[in-house]
Amino acid sequence: MNLEPLLLATPSGDGLKLRPEGPWVAANVSALETLCRSVGADLDRSRSVTLDMSGISALDTLGAWILEKLSRKVSSSGRSAQVVGVPDHFSGLLEEVRQVNRHTPAPTAAPNPVLLRLNDLGKATIDAREEVATFLQMLGALFMAVIGVVRRPRSLRLTSLVYQLNRIGLQAIPIVALITFLIGAIIAQQGFFHFRRFGAESYTVDMVGILVLRELGVLIVAIMVAGRSGSAYTAELGSMKMREEIDALSTMGLDPIDVLILPRVAALVIALPILAFIGSISALYGGGLVAQFYGDMGPAIYIARLHEAISVTHFEVGILKAPFMALVIGIVACSEGLRVKGSAESLGRQTTTSVVKSIFLVIVLDGLFAVFFASIGM
Amino acid sequence: MSEAKDEFAIRVRDLVVGFGRQTVLDHLSLDVRRGEILGLVGASGGGKSVLMRTIIGLIPRRGGTIDVMGQPVDGAHDRSTAATWGILFQQGALFSSLTVRQNVQFPLRENLVLSQELMDEIAVAKLEMVGLRPQDGDKYPSELSGGMTKRVALARALALDPPILFLDEPTSGLDPIAAGDFDALIRTLQKTLGLTVFMVTHDLASLNTVCDRVAALADGKIVAIGPMRELLQSDHPWVRAYFHGKRSQMLQPQMR
Repeated sequence: MNLEPLLLATPSGDGLKLRPEGPWVAANVSALETLCRSVGADLDRSRSVTLDMSGISALDTLGAWILEKLSRKVSSSGRSAQVVGVPDHFSGLLEEVRQVNRHTPAPTAAPNPVLLRLNDLGKATIDAREEVATFLQMLGALFMAVIGVVRRPRSLRLTSLVYQLNRIGLQAIPIVALITFLIGAIIAQQGFFHFRRFGAESYTVDMVGILVLRELGVLIVAIMVAGRSGSAYTAELGSMKMREEIDALSTMGLDPIDVLILPRVAALVIALPILAFIGSISALYGGGLVAQFYGDMGPAIYIARLHEAISVTHFEVGILKAPFMALVIGIVACSEGLRVKGSAESLGRQTTTSVVKSIFLVIVLDGLFAVFFASIGM
Repeated sequence: MSEAKDEFAIRVRDLVVGFGRQTVLDHLSLDVRRGEILGLVGASGGGKSVLMRTIIGLIPRRGGTIDVMGQPVDGAHDRSTAATWGILFQQGALFSSLTVRQNVQFPLRENLVLSQELMDEIAVAKLEMVGLRPQDGDKYPSELSGGMTKRVALARALALDPPILFLDEPTSGLDPIAAGDFDALIRTLQKTLGLTVFMVTHDLASLNTVCDRVAALADGKIVAIGPMRELLQSDHPWVRAYFHGKRSQMLQPQMR
């Protein structure tokens, strides 16, 4: 059994006699390919070829196919190929292999690269339009669902809403607080370090206060929620879509928007401002600690400076943005989830798209809000 | 001794498998002869799939021995076992990110060194052997029907020409015509490739038409084993209930 496969070639007249020996099986495939290549030249020269199969000790589909390929190569150029001495127990397999690979489809011509680029560009444009359409569609559907709930408050899925609030709100507090705390501390440290050169250390507090309350607090929290909860929404809804759970809901006369998406998006809209508030406070606390230990500014002075530097407007500007960011994250996460197709790869791709897109949109939205608030003088 | 070893493809002795406090297989012994198609029947949740998965090493065992092709199986997965058996999972378990052709080529690519040209030809050959067209090779698993998925999974299981083929409910979810075709396909392939087939099934028709022997699993043991007509005469209450129940009676007229 462990013998090496052999291919003995003996010229007879203007013909060639080939005698394969030993195990012609998949395990020896590289040896088999070498053997066939080595007789290639002799094969082209001879007028008729006889394949003597009687020496084969073991044969599987792969070996049978390689032998079939040899004889096909000969007969395709109009020469005669004979197969003799086939042992009984291999005849079925050889017969089977003779039937296959007869109709290899013509290889498709490589497309023009310029056209290919244009094609991709066109597809991307249509996709982009579709994405805007899906976003607006989801926004509209959510709006209708909210109207439905306002009309009949009992139809709100309260249990689901509370469950989602716990998951994306309460359970997110520790990590949100930790990260914003560190961000606040880092900003304060940088402020003290650089402002010290101008003797303007006390303005660090202004910078920390305004930056955190207006921009960074809510932005960092929104990005974290997009990564933490938005991805979870997409993956959940995507796998429910894959296992036809969403179809099952629809057939029971329930709207997936009401049952699955509204509670999730509503939970985000409620939780994100709260998280943004907690995050901002935590960042200010981090700034305060750095002020005490690095900037030699006691808590009393820090708080007094903060009191002078910031107003409720700054806080309002920050916190007003939060629900809108939550809405964007929720809509993107849910609509990407519903776009998952059958495969595991598609689930991964939609989840990535969901996170990337919602972070991008959150930052764009933040920019638009900055323009808006500046123009109304807040 | 060596003759006895050669006679059996799979020998299971005193196998004990359990989860937590529950014992699923209780000192089970089973022999599968070389070149036969063995059907395994049993109650849902009765341990049929557990037995199959234990033999192929996916579930650890508490006791007993398993010999496959004369070699003891110790549960470790290495490349050599991949060439010993091909497995058709119930849902096909095709890799969803690969095309049909790549799915069939995957075991070849991972286990052998061969040219891409030969690999393509082998993949098409396998696809044609299981009754698919070469064009189907470029499809993704999500674009296939249930019957095609099973056929592709079978082609992948046979990619390395393993001597043993495990089938987990191969005809479940197929219509009777497709199931019949699939049975015939397994029979043909078994004959041409000289396979030993271990088949878990509930399909009385495929038990009747393709299986050389049928084993009945009840209470964690093999309670009856033999050709279909012997099993029909078995006295074991569960086996009687299985083959002579109301549903089975509908198929009986042509069985007798």
